[in-house]
Amino acid sequence: MPLVYLVVRALDSGFPAFFTVLTRPRTAELLARSAGLAAAVTAACVVVGVLAAWLVVRTNLPGRRPAAVLLALPLAVPSYVAGFTWISEAPATAGFWGAFGVLASVSYPYVMLPVAAALRAADGGLEEVARSLGYGRARVFAGVTLRQVWPAATAGGLLVALYVLSDFGAVSLMRYDTFTLGIYTSYRGTFNRTPAAVLGCVLVALAALVTWVEARARGRAARRVGRGVGRAPAVVRLGWTRPFWAAGTLAVLAVSLGVPAYSLTHWMVVGSSLGVDLPDLAAAAAVTLQVAGLGAVVTTLLAVPVGVLAARHRGWGTAALENAAYAGHALPGITVGLALVFLGARLLPGLYQQVPLLLAGYAVLFLPLAVGAVRTAVAAAPPELEEVSRSLGRGRAATTAAVTLPLAAPGLAAGAALVFLTIAKELPVTLMLRPTGVDTLAVRLWSHTGAGQFAAAAPYAIALVILAAVPALVLNRVLRGSTTLRSADNSGGGP
Amino acid sequence: MTSSSALRVRGVVAGYPGHPVLHDVHLDVPVGSLLAVLGGSGSGKTTFLRTIAGFHPVEAGTVELAGRLVAGDGVDVPAERRRVGLVPQDGALFGHLTVAGNVAFGLDRAARRGPRVGEVLELVGLAGFERRMPAELSGGQQQRVALARALAPRPALVLLDEPFTALDAGLRAEVREQVRAALRAAGASAVLVTHDQQEALGCADLVAVLRDGRVVQSGPPRTLYDEPVDVGVGTFLGEAVVLPATARAGCAATVLGRFPVSGADGPGHVLLRPEQLRIGPPGDAPSGPVATVAEVVFHGHDTTVLLALDGARDGMLVRCRTADRNTHGVGERVGVAVRGDARFYPA
Repeated sequence: MPLVYLVVRALDSGFPAFFTVLTRPRTAELLARSAGLAAAVTAACVVVGVLAAWLVVRTNLPGRRPAAVLLALPLAVPSYVAGFTWISEAPATAGFWGAFGVLASVSYPYVMLPVAAALRAADGGLEEVARSLGYGRARVFAGVTLRQVWPAATAGGLLVALYVLSDFGAVSLMRYDTFTLGIYTSYRGTFNRTPAAVLGCVLVALAALVTWVEARARGRAARRVGRGVGRAPAVVRLGWTRPFWAAGTLAVLAVSLGVPAYSLTHWMVVGSSLGVDLPDLAAAAAVTLQVAGLGAVVTTLLAVPVGVLAARHRGWGTAALENAAYAGHALPGITVGLALVFLGARLLPGLYQQVPLLLAGYAVLFLPLAVGAVRTAVAAAPPELEEVSRSLGRGRAATTAAVTLPLAAPGLAAGAALVFLTIAKELPVTLMLRPTGVDTLAVRLWSHTGAGQFAAAAPYAIALVILAAVPALVLNRVLRGSTTLRSADNSGGGP
Repeated sequence: MTSSSALRVRGVVAGYPGHPVLHDVHLDVPVGSLLAVLGGSGSGKTTFLRTIAGFHPVEAGTVELAGRLVAGDGVDVPAERRRVGLVPQDGALFGHLTVAGNVAFGLDRAARRGPRVGEVLELVGLAGFERRMPAELSGGQQQRVALARALAPRPALVLLDEPFTALDAGLRAEVREQVRAALRAAGASAVLVTHDQQEALGCADLVAVLRDGRVVQSGPPRTLYDEPVDVGVGTFLGEAVVLPATARAGCAATVLGRFPVSGADGPGHVLLRPEQLRIGPPGDAPSGPVATVAEVVFHGHDTTVLLALDGARDGMLVRCRTADRNTHGVGERVGVAVRGDARFYPA
């Protein structure tokens, strides 16, 4: 819906204007920059993510259990927090390499988590069969192991690519001009909003293209065909290369967690000598909790009917409904914000820059997360239970209320927590749609960093990381059980 | 008399667009009795059960429960108003409720506080289990709670969907007897859907054999076992000895001798049960059939002996089941006698 409006708005000034913007050299330049950054980050994340997953799941890497937890943690670091720590410590990193480093260091878990899950679920029997048929270790890895995890890796890569395309925080702090930044500046800078709308359309098209390419490349996993329980794969002994792999793992951790941790501590120390504006920090934290809480409730409530329908009643109608909800997943936040700004200004002028419109933005953006959680939870509740309930005299609605939802409750709670967490970290939609004066932690951090006030920004960054890390650890526990791709999808966040 | 039928199925056709699964099914379950619907995979037994329960529409024909039309003739009573108690394959207990909560699920608010929950739990031999959670129960106990839950609202009919297949072999017979006893004690009418012929013959009052979506034969278990309508039903219901035969003037000639049969003259098959064959010393009955022992399979309670009959087609073995403790060695020459009647099926 908002998308349609975006297209309408882009064509508002007529086709010639649309094409003028589209064919400007700047558009091509932004396209090349966004696509290049996405490609580079995705490639790096797939390599690092697959290797990291293999190391922690399949090998005798020293300390692989704590490493598995630590390696997943960067997921809780919003890209702009990582960006803040990099640029505040080493301003010279600004530009492509800075943006690349920041985004790669926070988004490789999107690949690592699903691949690790796939590796855990993969049947070791297949590898043993391949070995007994004369395949060497390396050929087994390439021919069997990689094939087993390939769909997980490409799905993770898709998440990374979409994350990079829609990232706003890191690229704006790194002053690396991409589509999202281009859209924001042209939205803020001029009264003519046609260029912003046109760029938004192109960005959505780019995201759709990436999704399509991934669907084509996903292929089918090499799976065990046959009944019975699979065997746990043997642990790979790393031998003399063990220190080398351990050093590599430490290096990844140092870049993705060490730098933010060091930098935040550093600026905290500097900042505390200047005095922290505690009331302001508390106010921002309260606003964040409030907005994220409301957003999580609204989004989850909207997701329940879609998720229940999607899990229980397959048909083209529900498939279309579900796809519409999932389309939001590929939608960069900035375009959703833009579309709602146009929609709000045109149709509901009273709501523009009001809380309901902000919540609507969150709902559009994060509905896929919540629908995925609801669907997985409902699908895990056996349908026979509903049939039993109905044969015992409860109608459809009563059955859903008395049986389906209580059984799915833990999953629903996890979904709501996930949405809460993601909203708390969200930046571009909040920036565009928030009522004046409603400053979340993310907004404060972004504005302070943009103004070069690193010491003032640090407390907000720390508060955000704490706010994000605690539920993320809990969620990790909850989702550990379900080793499906969907759960990896669910742990993905918005930019 | 409609009023004495708990379930009355008339000419039911059901399935998926362009792909009917049930064709013209007729069945009756008298009040208080247990009907077993026996069928292999793909025979339509699950669709049959779902049609009765109200989860699958009928395309033609009617379904009556306790004299009330619930499906067909433009009527489609929703599942929740059919008063059918469902016992699914794996019990499907509500994991978030206690045993008492599960059993009381189908009762209205007032009845939940009443004695009914305790009554039905007692009926299935689980009195005192009210506060337990389903996860704390064994498979057999879960299955009995599922039955208690189905019985609690006094349904017109209890539907059991292969309720014992998920249990291991030792437990199965025991739980089957407990379920049978509980159903009798409750005076409930029930339909048991299964692919296990022992289960069907062993605990049902009536058995209906479903094949390719049609009821090919129904009746008391003994009648079906002794007088199957065709060779297929006969071999499906239990081990059988099927011999090529030629009938003339009420007598069928086979390698095992001649048997008085009824029916048309001509070529066909004779069906015997392995326990009708008896092994003796060769030449026991003069000019009686003689065979060579090809294989001996010991089951504990009895023994199956595979015999190569003299004069039979090469490679054809017949089965003989005997409780006789006398062991026969492979290669031994034995005489074979047949007791009881044979059934002849013209080709």
